[in-house]
Amino acid sequence: MRVKVNAEKCEGHNRCCALAPELFDVDDYGTATALNDGDVPAELEAKAKLAVENCPEFAIEYVRDSAEEQAK
Amino acid sequence: MTKTPPVDDWTTDFDIFDESYVKDPVPVWNELREKCPIAHTDRWDGSWLPTSYEDMQAFVRMVPALSSRDPLVVSASREEEEFDPILDEYGNSAPPITSDPPDHIPMRRLILPLFTPRAVEPYRPFAEQLCHDLIDGFIGRGACDAAMDYAVHIPAKTIAHVIGVDSGRSDEFVGWVRGLLEEGMTDPAKRIKYRGIIRQFFGELVDARKANPRDDLISRLLAQEINGQPIARKAVVGICNLLLVAGIDTTWSSISSALWHFSTHPEDRRRLANEADLFPSAIEEMLRFYSPVTMAREVTAEIHTGDVTFMPGDKVLLNFPAANHDPNVFEDADTVILDRARNRHIAFGIGSHRCAGSNLARMEMDVALRIWFERIPEFELTDPDAVTWAGGQVRGPRHLPFRFPV
Repeated sequence: MRVKVNAEKCEGHNRCCALAPELFDVDDYGTATALNDGDVPAELEAKAKLAVENCPEFAIEYVRDSAEEQAK
Repeated sequence: MTKTPPVDDWTTDFDIFDESYVKDPVPVWNELREKCPIAHTDRWDGSWLPTSYEDMQAFVRMVPALSSRDPLVVSASREEEEFDPILDEYGNSAPPITSDPPDHIPMRRLILPLFTPRAVEPYRPFAEQLCHDLIDGFIGRGACDAAMDYAVHIPAKTIAHVIGVDSGRSDEFVGWVRGLLEEGMTDPAKRIKYRGIIRQFFGELVDARKANPRDDLISRLLAQEINGQPIARKAVVGICNLLLVAGIDTTWSSISSALWHFSTHPEDRRRLANEADLFPSAIEEMLRFYSPVTMAREVTAEIHTGDVTFMPGDKVLLNFPAANHDPNVFEDADTVILDRARNRHIAFGIGSHRCAGSNLARMEMDVALRIWFERIPEFELTDPDAVTWAGGQVRGPRHLPFRFPV
């Protein structure tokens, strides 16, 4: 699983960073970024889902991996 | 509480200061969401009251057609504003909450770095010590007023500490903020009086820091620049005013609402006392269910939305609390679910004016509730009729008589 933060939509609620600090960080203005290029290790998938589903700005998206896409 | 004439039709004559609405607004929101969903009133100089999550998400982004220049839910009239020397000297703005583009972003960027999750974490030990000291003061009695003896002091003393003003004066600060927002919202003379006190206090403090800078927030603000220009004295006073006013009764309300909930819902209380892992989601659920803050916008250009039209000069209330009970977005919206997994609540507002202090507020709530539950896991309300609620701009309990085993 991969995730990314849409910086245009992010207004800095920092819910992702609170729920999944292993996966997200925020800058001085509260704008979030996904750590490790958004790669989500299998054991953190539930946390990633929480971050996506609690973002009030709808700013976090799942990214379809291209290799995964091709396999389908 | 403000006495208001009874409301017969909430769709055309709503009153956010109505006693029953202040106590429990949920039935009104549900009725309005079905019937309107945007209500109107001529009371308090007139305003619109949206109730759906979708509308709130849309309205915050209509900038500057919905302007932040006067975000109070009741505006002072022009006659009331006349001949006020304090207003003349300092103005009535509290940037960035009162800013629109293009001034808004640079103003907001002055304070955002002060309130990131990392920036507020160093204040945690202060808040923890404070909560323990407060509980030490009443735990032996087996009773307290959880709103007045506990909740109010946590944000008041913490924000004083953060701004770098004497936290020993926090009772005075609470009095000023209540005078301005809680009592002053329906009483302009009171509002103007306390606005003056706050601005004068910070005016003097800003001058003192200008003359002798210290390692504190005001000195740091004074040292910054926007577009190569130092920040105007008036703006620094406005920012300090905002930090004090926005930092006290909002978080006080959230902590008190949560304690009220757990005192009246023993199953939830027992669950949280036994499952410490639930604190993060439980706190977000309390923020959703008892969102304290309603903001306002002033219409600057005609807006057609649904079957209503906002005209320039109209006031639109950003009813974040109602949005957070919208059944189209929240499953079982009117039930508290401590481990709610999907919770895109907007208690801190949404869009470019998202509460700048949200991380500080969340930290204070976390500390306040964890330490309370650690030391007083069993507690109950002694007299439901003695509970009083403040409402309007900021909603929350102001008296909570509790008892607990010693």
